[in-house]
Amino acid sequence: MGKALLKRAGLLVGTLLLVSVLAFAAFSVIPGDPTTSVLGAEATREEIAAFRAQHGLDLPVWQRYWSWLAAFVTGDFGRSFKFDMPVSELVATRAQVTLVMAALSFALIVAISLPLGLISARRRGGVVDRLVTVLAQVTMSVPNFIMGIGLMFLFALVLKWFRPEYVPLEDGLGAHLRFMVFPALAVALPKSAMTVKLLRGSILGELGQDYIRTAYSKGNSQSSALRRHVLRNAMIPVVTFLAMAVGDIMAGSIVVEQVFTIPGLGRLLITEIGHRDYPVVQAIVVLLAAVVVGCNFLADLLYRVMDPRIAER
Amino acid sequence: MMLSIRDLSVVFTDRGAPFTAVDRFCLDMDRGEVVGIVGESGSGKSMTAHALMGLIRRSQVTVSGSAVFEGIDLLALSREELRQYQGRDLSIIFQEPMTSLNPTMRIGKQVEESLRIHEKLSRAERKARALDAMALAGLPDPESVYPQYPHQLSGGMRQRVMIASALVLRPRLLIADEPTTALDVTIQAQILETLKDINRKEGTAILFISHDLGVVKALCGRVVVMKQGNIVESGAVDDVFYHPRAEYTKLLIASRPARKKLRGGGQDG
Repeated sequence: MGKALLKRAGLLVGTLLLVSVLAFAAFSVIPGDPTTSVLGAEATREEIAAFRAQHGLDLPVWQRYWSWLAAFVTGDFGRSFKFDMPVSELVATRAQVTLVMAALSFALIVAISLPLGLISARRRGGVVDRLVTVLAQVTMSVPNFIMGIGLMFLFALVLKWFRPEYVPLEDGLGAHLRFMVFPALAVALPKSAMTVKLLRGSILGELGQDYIRTAYSKGNSQSSALRRHVLRNAMIPVVTFLAMAVGDIMAGSIVVEQVFTIPGLGRLLITEIGHRDYPVVQAIVVLLAAVVVGCNFLADLLYRVMDPRIAER
Repeated sequence: MMLSIRDLSVVFTDRGAPFTAVDRFCLDMDRGEVVGIVGESGSGKSMTAHALMGLIRRSQVTVSGSAVFEGIDLLALSREELRQYQGRDLSIIFQEPMTSLNPTMRIGKQVEESLRIHEKLSRAERKARALDAMALAGLPDPESVYPQYPHQLSGGMRQRVMIASALVLRPRLLIADEPTTALDVTIQAQILETLKDINRKEGTAILFISHDLGVVKALCGRVVVMKQGNIVESGAVDDVFYHPRAEYTKLLIASRPARKKLRGGGQDG
């Protein structure tokens, strides 16, 4: 088990390095330059040359990458060209916003999909099951930004449950969460639909297994057979799916932040790509990749804990 | 009479015309008796056993008749009432030891599950009883098998685990539904020996289901031959084996490949 995990951890670091190389390479290929966005179109030749020298932009790509990497691993993410402040400070405040939304989305996915999946599997063909099947089909096929616009329209404009204006954490946690729950829902709904379908199928698959018949033959009631035997086995693929869904949640929030004008990592990423603010973009890309890869690693770990057959290998 | 089955029928109604899988099956069993049911696949022998255990849970299947076990008609009980008997007074082992155990639950927990359901015992008492049942089922070194998972054991060992979990409450009737069919011949012989021992030592009555008359002959005193849901012949196993009256029984005997007598000993790995 230890050896396999070590291999996974190695793969994790390798993936992050690759992502950082690709991000760096992308910016040396695409047109545009931070000098124009920072110094303006009127800047003189000398000013531009001084700016480039100051930020090391005149060095070859591999040298720039190397010094960036050396600083990054020590926790120094560099300075933003545009804002002239440490990237870590800039990212930290924005990351908090995105993390709240991601955590909220994840909680919503779990809270929506686990009970619904359980009910529709237990009462297969019943009213809830049929309703969930139709709703899941519809929800799954709607992209999250459309979902966002739809939720905004319904809850902000028609029902007036919230004002479509960002409420920062400084205005109070309750108010902040009350606003954030809607964008989080836009991200969570399509994922919840998939999770419900997966869980339902997984439970039904396990219910047909021989060991469930054994459980009944010992005098288990339906609910204790479900609780003691079915759920653990049925949750194995679901937990893996949920851990991997975190990556999609992060990606989804980048888009949904635009719809709800939330000053999170996603919005910062988009605007700073426009400004060619390399240090900021580079840091966000690698951090997002780290979250995704880290969650996959966690999924692998959970899988091993939950399924003794895998743990052996 | 410990068990008296009268006119047990199992009828499937889910696909158009009703299909009768078991047709008015009758059988009497005394305490400590070993009776075999033999027949080809689809003859309704397993269906009979599952109906008796209350394991037919589909709403499109109708089970009728009576099965009076120690004065109580099992077929007349509600699912909730029947639960009190399942695993305590009568239990069952199945054909597929590979899939009949929960893959993510430790062996010990599965063996003592019936104890957890039917009795209030401390964890240590449960474990002691589980280890005891595992030894009875012929598992070598129960203490080391207790914390293992099913995939770590061979097919023969898993079937012994199934036997141990069926016997942990010392039921009066054990239904063995083709318990050796999925195992190879030497292991099969050892498992049969174990079942015989259990019958002798504990006085557990065994209703043994098989497609193999030879295996039934090695274990049972009486046999019922089934074909397409009906009993075609029944009687003392030697009579049926050496002087079959029904054509179908003769066919069953003739279809058996010639092989040495099933006698085994020692442990399977």
